[in-house]
Amino acid sequence: MTDSKYFTTTKKGEIFELKSELNSEKKEKKREAVKKVIASMTVGKDVSALFPDVVNCMQTDNLELKKLVYLYLMNYAKSQPDMAIMAVNTFVKDCEDPNPLIRALAVRTMGCIRVDKITEYLCEPLRKCLKDEDPYVRKTAAVCVAKLHDINASLVEDQGFLDQLKELLSDSNPMVVANAVAALSEINEASSSGVPLVEMNTQTINKLLTALNECTEWGQVFILDSISNYSPKDEREAQSICERITPRLAHANAAVVLSAVKVLMKLMEMMAPDADFVVNLSKKLAPPLVTLLSSEPEVQYVALRNINLIVQKRPDILKNEMKVFFVKYNDPIYVKLEKLDIMIRLANQSNIAQVLSELKEYATEVDVDFVRKAVRAIGRCAIKVEPSAERCVSTLLDLIQTKVNYVVQEAIVVIKDIFRKYPNRYESIISTLCENLDTLDEPEARGSMIWIIGEYAERIDNADELLESFLEGFQDESTQVQLQLLTAIVKLFLKRPADTQELVQQVLTLATQDSDNPDLRDRGFIYWRLLSTDPAAAREVVLADKPLISEETDLLEPSLLDELVCHIASLASVYHKPPSAFVEGRGLGSSRRALPTRSGSQDILESSPSHGERSGVIPTQESLIGDLLTMDLGGPPVASSVPAAPFASSGLDLLSGGLDGLLSDSPSVPPQQAAATAAPSVGLLGDIFGLAPSASASYIAPKQMWLPAARGKGLEITGTFSRRNGQIQMEMTMTNRAMQPMIQFAVQLNKNSFGLVPAAPLHVVSPLAPNQSYEAVLLLNPTGPVQRMEPLTNLQVAIKNNIDVFYFAVVMPMNVFFAEDGQMDKRVFLSTWKDIPAANEVQYTINNVNLSADAVSSKMQQNNVFTIAKRNVEGQDMLYQSLKLVNGIWILSELKMQPGNPTLILAVKTRAPDVSTGVNTAFDAILHS
Amino acid sequence: MIGGLFIYNHKGEVLISRVYRDDIGRNAVDAFRVNVIHARQQVRSPVTNIARTSFFHVKRANIWVAAVTKQNVNASMVFEFLLKVTDCMQSYFGKVSEENIKNNFVLIYELLDEILDFGYPQNTDTGVLKTFITQQGIRTQTKEEQAQITSQVTGQIGWRREGIKYRRNELFLDVLEYVNLLMSPQGQVLSAHVAGKVVMKSYLSGMPECKFGINDKIIMEAKGKPTADESAARTGKTAIVIDDCQFHQCVKLSKFETEHSISFIPPDGEFELMRYRTTKDISLPFRVIPLVREVGRTKMEVKVVVKSNFKPSLLAQKIEIRIPTPLNTSGVQLLCMKGKAKYKASENAIVWKIKRMGGMKESQLSAEIELLQTDTKKKWTRPPISMNFEVPFAPSGFKVRYLKVFEPKLNYSDHDVIKWVRYIGRSGLYETRC
Repeated sequence: MTDSKYFTTTKKGEIFELKSELNSEKKEKKREAVKKVIASMTVGKDVSALFPDVVNCMQTDNLELKKLVYLYLMNYAKSQPDMAIMAVNTFVKDCEDPNPLIRALAVRTMGCIRVDKITEYLCEPLRKCLKDEDPYVRKTAAVCVAKLHDINASLVEDQGFLDQLKELLSDSNPMVVANAVAALSEINEASSSGVPLVEMNTQTINKLLTALNECTEWGQVFILDSISNYSPKDEREAQSICERITPRLAHANAAVVLSAVKVLMKLMEMMAPDADFVVNLSKKLAPPLVTLLSSEPEVQYVALRNINLIVQKRPDILKNEMKVFFVKYNDPIYVKLEKLDIMIRLANQSNIAQVLSELKEYATEVDVDFVRKAVRAIGRCAIKVEPSAERCVSTLLDLIQTKVNYVVQEAIVVIKDIFRKYPNRYESIISTLCENLDTLDEPEARGSMIWIIGEYAERIDNADELLESFLEGFQDESTQVQLQLLTAIVKLFLKRPADTQELVQQVLTLATQDSDNPDLRDRGFIYWRLLSTDPAAAREVVLADKPLISEETDLLEPSLLDELVCHIASLASVYHKPPSAFVEGRGLGSSRRALPTRSGSQDILESSPSHGERSGVIPTQESLIGDLLTMDLGGPPVASSVPAAPFASSGLDLLSGGLDGLLSDSPSVPPQQAAATAAPSVGLLGDIFGLAPSASASYIAPKQMWLPAARGKGLEITGTFSRRNGQIQMEMTMTNRAMQPMIQFAVQLNKNSFGLVPAAPLHVVSPLAPNQSYEAVLLLNPTGPVQRMEPLTNLQVAIKNNIDVFYFAVVMPMNVFFAEDGQMDKRVFLSTWKDIPAANEVQYTINNVNLSADAVSSKMQQNNVFTIAKRNVEGQDMLYQSLKLVNGIWILSELKMQPGNPTLILAVKTRAPDVSTGVNTAFDAILHS
Repeated sequence: MIGGLFIYNHKGEVLISRVYRDDIGRNAVDAFRVNVIHARQQVRSPVTNIARTSFFHVKRANIWVAAVTKQNVNASMVFEFLLKVTDCMQSYFGKVSEENIKNNFVLIYELLDEILDFGYPQNTDTGVLKTFITQQGIRTQTKEEQAQITSQVTGQIGWRREGIKYRRNELFLDVLEYVNLLMSPQGQVLSAHVAGKVVMKSYLSGMPECKFGINDKIIMEAKGKPTADESAARTGKTAIVIDDCQFHQCVKLSKFETEHSISFIPPDGEFELMRYRTTKDISLPFRVIPLVREVGRTKMEVKVVVKSNFKPSLLAQKIEIRIPTPLNTSGVQLLCMKGKAKYKASENAIVWKIKRMGGMKESQLSAEIELLQTDTKKKWTRPPISMNFEVPFAPSGFKVRYLKVFEPKLNYSDHDVIKWVRYIGRSGLYETRC
């Protein structure tokens, strides 16, 4: 006889029968009965009525039976709290049992019984078990503290269990340490105050790292996960932790490997990105990640989701491993889809040929989702790797020829994106697309096709007929298609007004009178009024140049990415969502993780609150307008920029073009004012573009000799200017080289271009003894009388002491005049750029700068030069930046850089071109600092 | 952490349900059944989120093993753990099937109680578990025995007990490699790698310390020997580049990292010492050259040539080539020079089996496939031709250089241990597109 028979009892009166069996004298019969009870419990029958009878079987020396009874107790104690008390005595007794297995079993089970009265009795035995001589009991007791904390947190704190748990971190047995760490992490996470109850410090981390080498694979995971929450105090400590963790990458257990990867990824943030250590570590990370792909498919899936994050955070690590992500015929679909995603992320010019031939292969597979994604991937390759665009387009055309319905539709959607990216290059294929018009039944594909027809209406002879054919079923189309059709027909009308008047009337009527959809109606009215009042303006609005789309549309938002990197290996990294999106309840305030920053950065505090607002979808003003006016391509949100129209949403070009036209006659808003009103959205935009301030101190030129001792009759002054906390400072080292002490120092500034005057009298230690130096700091305010100087930043200074008055002139670096509020709103930037006459544009070259665009951007930001937009054109990075001088002059600049080429080209545009030279010098100095 | 663990049969009936945390209710059991097991479409992910509860599952034959949680758990750990649970059940009672699970449900509960505490995985080493979780019920243990069990479950060398004695100290090493290949129809290698493992069977007395030496380039160079190329020239052996390797938990990883030496105290009996992966200089044992010609709409001609590419003195075995055929195949005529070929309609493939084949040989199969007229416009997608085989060498070039055994407390030395080494190369996913 086997145990399976217990599953088959379905007789009536079963409970009664079981009751008598449970009370039987025969041990064997009792055991059988308990087994039956457990089997019923498993399949969901209610056997709680047997509670007293089962508890009666508890007192036994048979360990197997005892375990079964305990199992029953855990399940039903909550529903029968009064009777559960009957079991307490046995538990307490078992906790004293000579057999450590039974002691552990008792304490383990007691922790699982969530009845207040039992919990009271648990404290004493638990305290003893935490100090038990047997490590098996101690490791079980450690987990029990976490259980108790879950039931009654204050009890754990009051009874001092936390301290006992902390002591276990130094236990001689590695498994006890591991469980204690796990329990502590959980308690910290659940802490209601949001403040961890137990802080990690260097010593505990060291103990953990030692235990790491010796404990079970699971213990290693607990320890690594807990270390990942620790922030080392400096770079050296981070390095030494990394060194001790790296061997874990060779562990057979994927969880150990991924948890180690998490710690390493996090700590690498603390080090300079080009340090040898980081480069070496990056090399070591690739092989274990690749190896994870030969594990079981489920583990592979988790690994791939994480690799997706790693590839976005540090693209270099896996850049040469494209081949391992090729899809195998027998991979489960979820693995296939993930691999495809990573392939696109890794695609670049050198491997694109291989990738394309693979994608083409995939597009003929069976699974519809997979095929669609493969087709989409081809389009993304075209957008990402420009030289391959031609090949991608011809591949897509081949696929369209297969006539497989969903392939055709998907291909048309991506071809629309390709048109957006490379306008006026592949229009020759439009005729092929039009052949497939009839087969399109999905809104997205129909919308895309209509957009193409509208956009290129002048080249398609029968565009009016084609659009008219869509118009017949206007009411049945989805909103997306309706909006698209409306815009397309208006475009057509503007391009060929002669023969399409009737058509446009028709669609405007449909949209404004027959539709219940407010979006559609509003758009209809806008078009109608534009067309009837000012067709020229309508032209400018509707037919304006569109911003190009970029390849980065599917990247995770940087702050979310950073948060997810802190959660590598966990569910959050699988969902690509922050834990708060799927975990409810306790302690969420504290669970938000952020990557550590490099030492030297000052404003962690400043940037962290904004972190909180950033995750998820950001409802910017832009996106709302986008909804209203966008072409509804359903395409990915566009986050790119062109010099002409650096906006974040595809719809904006319509609006901005329109605004330009509409507002051209009205007195234009002064840019400063506009910038001020638009300030909040600027902050968000900055965040989207990853420009969150990560500033260290701004650039300060080295001190120069201002007054040599020979001229100063023994007084020597070296000095420089800086900008700290929004104030210009004159920093001087005054040295007395004379034989007698100096007293009665004072300073005066001549009138100057920026109206600088001392904010306070000069303070110098008095007397300044012979051979003594004093660091004097003089705050300056730009509030004094202005007089133009040559050069512009020239400053004439007079210093007086008891010996004489000394005069000298210094040329101030321009960057100290860069104001903190120099971030211009994108739109204002655009219009300002346009407004300033081209004659005011001055170009400079800056040599020997070996920084990436992002590094430049952050460096400039530390000096109050704000990057408004960044884009990549033909391999060149373009940075558009704004800055404002303290006297209110706005300066716009464009930095052109080619990766690998140390020479930058700077174009400066401002209404006051006199400052350009100074700006150039300042840029040069900042970039070389 | 893991909040509960459920095992279902293919119909979605619960066979085992163990809840570890209070936040998981009974309805979780049903939620998984309704949303995953009974879901109409194919399962699109091994992780499912239903009403803020996350379900992880693995499926073995007809059995679903699912872990449930409401927290942000370590996902890779949960899956590794689920796989361990199935391994563990397998080593206790063989195949994981509905019948076996029902027959052993008490045992399974006992195991689940031991290996998962409040959702935290504990020691899952079956060797150790078997010392104290048995189906025999009570076994009176002496105090010493109990202490030994607990020290082993929690111990630093949790995988080996003290006091093992063998009359004959013996060990076996199997180097087992799986060659994976994806080749284009033109014979271009799209991707190839070897996934290898070293399986050791040890029958050694006491607590022996073993040192294992292989011809990995890094290890050999670290030993201060002349560079690999020089020594290769001298000894005729080459060092190979191992992309990555992973070790059984008994191997001292920190020592491997710093000294590049593989040293360990082995578990008793069989275990997997290391796993490794290579991608460079793989000698591909076979090459498949397909030629598919579609003659009109109702006929296809397929010609497949197989070439063996290894020393003529060696013999490959269990060769099987699987050539997929379209779904609308009505008949197949086959002609092959060697072995047996058969069209298996149920599998939509021609299966060509060759028992043995020497090195540097070549064989050919030609087939005429008749097709039914169909009205589906959709093209047949030509799945790749796959191949299975076994060869008596390691395609990566992996070599065991030594395995030294030290047991200072007992009086046997390295020389007294009888050692056996065997190399087997098998096909992993060995595919050629056609």
